[in-house]
Amino acid sequence: MLDLTTKIGTLKLKNPIMPASGTFSEDLARVFDLDLIGAHVTKTITREKRSGNPTPRVCEVRGSMLNSIGIPSKGVEAFLANVIPFYAQYDAPLIVSISAGSADEFASLCEDVSVPGVAAIEVNISCPNIEEDGKAFAMRPSTTEAVMRKLRNATDLPLWAKLTPNTGETTEVAKAAEAAGADALVVSNTLLAMAIDIHTRRPKLGNLMGGLSGPAFKPIALRMAYQCAKSVDIPVIGCGGISNLEDVIEYLIAGAVAVQVGTATFIEPKIMVNMVEGLEAYLKTQGLQTVSQLVGSVDDGEVSDGLVFMEAAP
Amino acid sequence: MRTMALETPDIGDEVKPIHEVDCVVKSNAPVNGEYRLLVLDAPLKILDCEPGQFFHLLCPISGNLQPYLRRPMSIYGYYPDKGELHFLYKVTGEGTAAMATMKKGDTFNVLGPLGKGFDILPNWQNLLLVARGVGLATLAPLALEARRLNRNLTAICSARSKSVLMSLDYFRDLGVNVIALTDEEATSSVGNMRRIIEALIANEGVDAMYTCGSNRILKLLQDVGKSHRIPGQIALEQQMACGFGMCQCCVRAFHREGLIVNERVCTEGPVFDLQEAIGC
Repeated sequence: MLDLTTKIGTLKLKNPIMPASGTFSEDLARVFDLDLIGAHVTKTITREKRSGNPTPRVCEVRGSMLNSIGIPSKGVEAFLANVIPFYAQYDAPLIVSISAGSADEFASLCEDVSVPGVAAIEVNISCPNIEEDGKAFAMRPSTTEAVMRKLRNATDLPLWAKLTPNTGETTEVAKAAEAAGADALVVSNTLLAMAIDIHTRRPKLGNLMGGLSGPAFKPIALRMAYQCAKSVDIPVIGCGGISNLEDVIEYLIAGAVAVQVGTATFIEPKIMVNMVEGLEAYLKTQGLQTVSQLVGSVDDGEVSDGLVFMEAAP
Repeated sequence: MRTMALETPDIGDEVKPIHEVDCVVKSNAPVNGEYRLLVLDAPLKILDCEPGQFFHLLCPISGNLQPYLRRPMSIYGYYPDKGELHFLYKVTGEGTAAMATMKKGDTFNVLGPLGKGFDILPNWQNLLLVARGVGLATLAPLALEARRLNRNLTAICSARSKSVLMSLDYFRDLGVNVIALTDEEATSSVGNMRRIIEALIANEGVDAMYTCGSNRILKLLQDVGKSHRIPGQIALEQQMACGFGMCQCCVRAFHREGLIVNERVCTEGPVFDLQEAIGC
């Protein structure tokens, strides 16, 4: 009997495929039965209503994309009234993504969304911390630990910390999140990037810069997921450029217990369902019974910690 | 505090599913110097369309042409009886250039139909359609629907030159009163267009106006609509990523109840109230 389930701390998913925040909404229910995937992850919400960044908000680069959507949010009240009840019709656990500009605001929002129907909270600490020079919380271990401690005190629900690739301290940040009580790490958010139209000489995004996602970003996020899995004991959820079944398997082998699929859904809206089916077929052909047999099975030999945790290309 | 954006859509049973389908290319040929007509062999389930809706197209990768995201394109024609879906397009970028390489028998992946189309209310008998250039393609299904509903339709079509005034025969064959205006004949000015519209309102009467694209035409119709209290609708464009509401990429600003609100062109649109629209 094939077992596609995976455990993220105390939370059990029927399969390890879920959407990445910001690339999923109720609208996807018009394409497939949302109970076919392992979990549901909402677009990041903020307490206040926000309109988001100027357009253009997305541009494509060869084989990938940049976005500067900017967390438009209808606010927490509309979210509690409309979004959480919608997902009650599904068995798949609901993961709510939240963000705020200060640690205290973050904690208070976290408390307010800790309501029945929510299985875990993903904290988007990759957003700018307005109290600390605008750098994202997850760029530094100290700000990561400070915000995660306040969040930990604000909820009994599982807390997933979504890390950023815009740091030179990946494993230190991962350990800080773990030390402060995170139940899992989502690795990672998008990488700060830019594109310019050479004819108009204007940046292609209304916000000048934005986050790189898609296949071009995958090796970077995969490297981070591997390093995080090696450096912490809490589960790692891989996220970044996952576009096909091979990418899913690669992240699992690197040490992720589950994956989030984002940009690929824009190209193939049913891709997550195809990945679930493909993963089952793959386990069968490989003679494996469980997903956990793949997790962390990377054959990286007897390499030194210095090599595993390097932050600069050799 | 008033709502700054539309409430989250209620996905009930009345919401139609979105289909992702591999269609087969029946033909893909130039119709004049600038435009090409793509005819797809399409299954019935994706041909339950409304005028003004669009499909999100997965353009092929062809040599150096490597479009990544899907491209939204308004429907030029949908024919459940023939099992055909038509797109009229001009090669302007990587996506449309890649589309132009497709040959008869190739498969083409489309997602849709998407978005909210035009309304033709029961008491709208005399319809006026005003379009510039390829904008006409978006309004072509509306002409077909107007004929099906036995409404009178006048189409004012403007373009650079007679040779690129597309689809006029298509509209004439549907019994549409076509008024062609061109830059080369110096008949396409806003002033002249306004005189023609005012005359139509005075003579036959106009119950509703439809347009798309052009800022100049939008402003003109908003002005005419306000002074004569004639309702109208406009199909708008915006760059998209997902195409059905998830990513919040394709927002545009609208006037509503004294506020400026952002709405998603893919989901709340692409057809919007004429007076609420803001040009760009």
